[in-house]
Amino acid sequence: MGRKLIFFLPVLVFLILGGYFFWGLDPERNPADIPSVMIDKEVPVFDLARLDGSGVVGFNNEDLKQGTVTLVNAFASWCLPCLAEHPILTELAKRNGIRLYGINYKDKPEDAARWLREHGNPYARIGADNSGRVSIDWGVYGVPETYIVDGEGRIRYRHIGPLDQAATDEIILPLINELKQ
Amino acid sequence: MSAELGQFALILALLLSVVQSAVPMIGAARGNRAWIAVAQPSALLLFGLTILAFGALTQAFMVSDFSLSVVYQNSHSAKPMLYKITGVWGNHEGSMLLWIVILTGFGAAVAAFGQNLPPTLRARVLSVQAMVTLGFLAFLIFTSNPFDRIFPAPLDGRDLNPLLQDPGLAFHPPMLYAGYVGFSIAFSFAVAALIEGKVDAAWARWVRPWTLAAWITLTAGIALGSWWAYYELGWGGWWFWDPVENVSFMPWLMGTALLHSAIVVEKRDSLKVWTILLAILTFSLSLIGTFVVRSGLLTSVHAFAVDPERGLFILVLLAIAIGGSLLLFAVRAPTLTAGGLFSPISREGGLVLNNLLLTVATSVVFVGTLGPLLLEAAGTKISVGTPYYNAVFIPLMVPLVAVMAVGPLLPWKRAELGAVLSRLKFAGLMTIIAMLATAYLVEGGPVIAVAAVGFAIWLLAGAIIEWTERIKLFRVPFGDSFKRMTKLPRSAHGMTLAHAGMAIAILGMTGSAAWKTEDIRIARPGDNIEVAGYNYLFEGMRSIQGPNYQAEQGRFVVTRDGEFITVLTPEKRLYMVQNMPTTEAAIHTNGLRDLYMAVGDSDGNGGWTVRIYHEPLVPWIWAGCIIMVIGGTFSLSDRRLRVGAPVRSKRWQAKSGSGQAGARA
Repeated sequence: MGRKLIFFLPVLVFLILGGYFFWGLDPERNPADIPSVMIDKEVPVFDLARLDGSGVVGFNNEDLKQGTVTLVNAFASWCLPCLAEHPILTELAKRNGIRLYGINYKDKPEDAARWLREHGNPYARIGADNSGRVSIDWGVYGVPETYIVDGEGRIRYRHIGPLDQAATDEIILPLINELKQ
Repeated sequence: MSAELGQFALILALLLSVVQSAVPMIGAARGNRAWIAVAQPSALLLFGLTILAFGALTQAFMVSDFSLSVVYQNSHSAKPMLYKITGVWGNHEGSMLLWIVILTGFGAAVAAFGQNLPPTLRARVLSVQAMVTLGFLAFLIFTSNPFDRIFPAPLDGRDLNPLLQDPGLAFHPPMLYAGYVGFSIAFSFAVAALIEGKVDAAWARWVRPWTLAAWITLTAGIALGSWWAYYELGWGGWWFWDPVENVSFMPWLMGTALLHSAIVVEKRDSLKVWTILLAILTFSLSLIGTFVVRSGLLTSVHAFAVDPERGLFILVLLAIAIGGSLLLFAVRAPTLTAGGLFSPISREGGLVLNNLLLTVATSVVFVGTLGPLLLEAAGTKISVGTPYYNAVFIPLMVPLVAVMAVGPLLPWKRAELGAVLSRLKFAGLMTIIAMLATAYLVEGGPVIAVAAVGFAIWLLAGAIIEWTERIKLFRVPFGDSFKRMTKLPRSAHGMTLAHAGMAIAILGMTGSAAWKTEDIRIARPGDNIEVAGYNYLFEGMRSIQGPNYQAEQGRFVVTRDGEFITVLTPEKRLYMVQNMPTTEAAIHTNGLRDLYMAVGDSDGNGGWTVRIYHEPLVPWIWAGCIIMVIGGTFSLSDRRLRVGAPVRSKRWQAKSGSGQAGARA
């Protein structure tokens, strides 16, 4: 009997596997999602100096704990997708009145300042992260990346890659509104 | 008009596959000759119908008929004709149709060339083949119809993904599918044998050529794919352990195991149950691969349009095909009679070890590919990359390669390991010399690379020794050796070539993985870059205009010690319709190393990102694969594989005389 049961092993393994496959087909599930270990944790301790020529000051982790929800966006002048999301960020800051801080990632200050002059500066504060060290602490994979930080300085959401209208309308804005309450 | 013709042919094919699934199977069970006889003409007609549908779709692509949704989505009137045609399978619907064409093509080949198969077995094989075809035809027609029209027809199309506009990738899918789908024949034979309740040497002799044919095309397909990744993606790598690469690699590993275990069934009437299981699993892995690629289950650089409904449909197909065949296996396999015994040290023993290692290697790749999905279901998200495979897969390959050299020298049933190893003294000597030479010539690099070179040489020398012993080279006059060589069965030459090809590929993989030099930097015209002893002078960039793209082309003069080597012109292309950039690497090879370079983005101040790689031995990877393919083809052309009939009939009578189940006329 034992010998016979062993012949059922392959089909059993397959059935279990099939169950996982079925679970994996859930259209809500996005296999490309990269979870952040930083989610719901406090932002790392950092202090970023101002970006020369930007006309705004830098910021540190204490500045993110002042009771206001902040959108923190890592960007660089050499990054094309950053330019693509720029109008969306500008709209979020200007029209929706969301506090937007920028981390200027591995950039030359003069390049970044020129970029901001050309395309407009939606950021209330910009920290210059020339070495990229602070971005590593934040868990930035590459620019652009956008974080929602609540009033207590905890990271609540992370968006990898350029923001598009759909992500903004369906995730970013609802979450910010929820956090504001 | 021709699109409707294609649609009509597909529907007819669907109906015909229903008939072919049922009638010959029932006929074989009841011994009704007329019903059995339906199988052959039906299989041929089925092939004809799918070819007709494929032709209609190809025609629509060639004349840019944008009233077809799939043509509009994947073609453009300005595209070169070659890519209009290859665009037929550069998308989900068309590639699925190609899948089915190959599936029915293999069925038709069994119908046409399987004259010496027992009629009931042939009927059952073709019936099972038709069931698989039925499933995929239903999938195609109901969820991914290539002949869907759009109205009004758009003026021009959206163009094919530019990465696919490349000769290497154009022919990669048909090869790969031929390999994947080719294993369906082994699968159908296995299921038919389970239904018949009979597996014998003759069965193995019929299965082997089909498995071999599938293995050859899959080898070529994978090699072509990795070659494409090498020169098109611009990162100097040739294998990324990407999920989609892995799902093509798993059937290859399993198919290689099947190829070897079928030898044991054929020669020794042993390992029957195991071989049946391997045949089912190999095709199951091909099906799972298709599922994974087309359901969006895993992330990959190879993405097809993801549609959960399609994923569910294929999952149901998987459940029926894999679940059903494995259930049949569970019920029927215990009734198969066990074969002859053998000692662990013997040719059979070597092949069993080969099978064990290949199966474990397949599971390792399987866990690495699908493990993240299982863990994600449990709530943790991980990604598995090259370090995992380096740590787990390579240690498995070491004993495999070591045994590969010894196995062919072992006699059947029982062998003296000492005697065999003493015949490999020369190979051992070569191995030591090669390792010492490598350690001396190459400064730095991992120690394991030196060992890898040693193993590759061990395998290469072992393969050559086995061959020279068979023709008694240097031991009898040369003329006699030559005569022996011409008399040697082609499958023997084939094995030597395939094993030697593997050794050469391993050398290539080792060289490029261990001693690659790379340099990535921003360069300006006039800059000199020194990489691995070669000097690259960046002369400048210029704009060029292609048929459906614009490109920036760099010009680099390569010299070594002041001596001119070559001019490299890597390109960065922008395909206008899809607004998608691609890199075109420039490669200079001398057979021993590749100089490889790609240009990236401009920094806006006259500088360009430049990637330069020096890749030792990398061409040997594909040279080795080509040799493996040639070896397989040589073996496939062996007379013994083609005309099994006379041998079979003798064994047949002997077998039926011994009173086995399933006696046939």
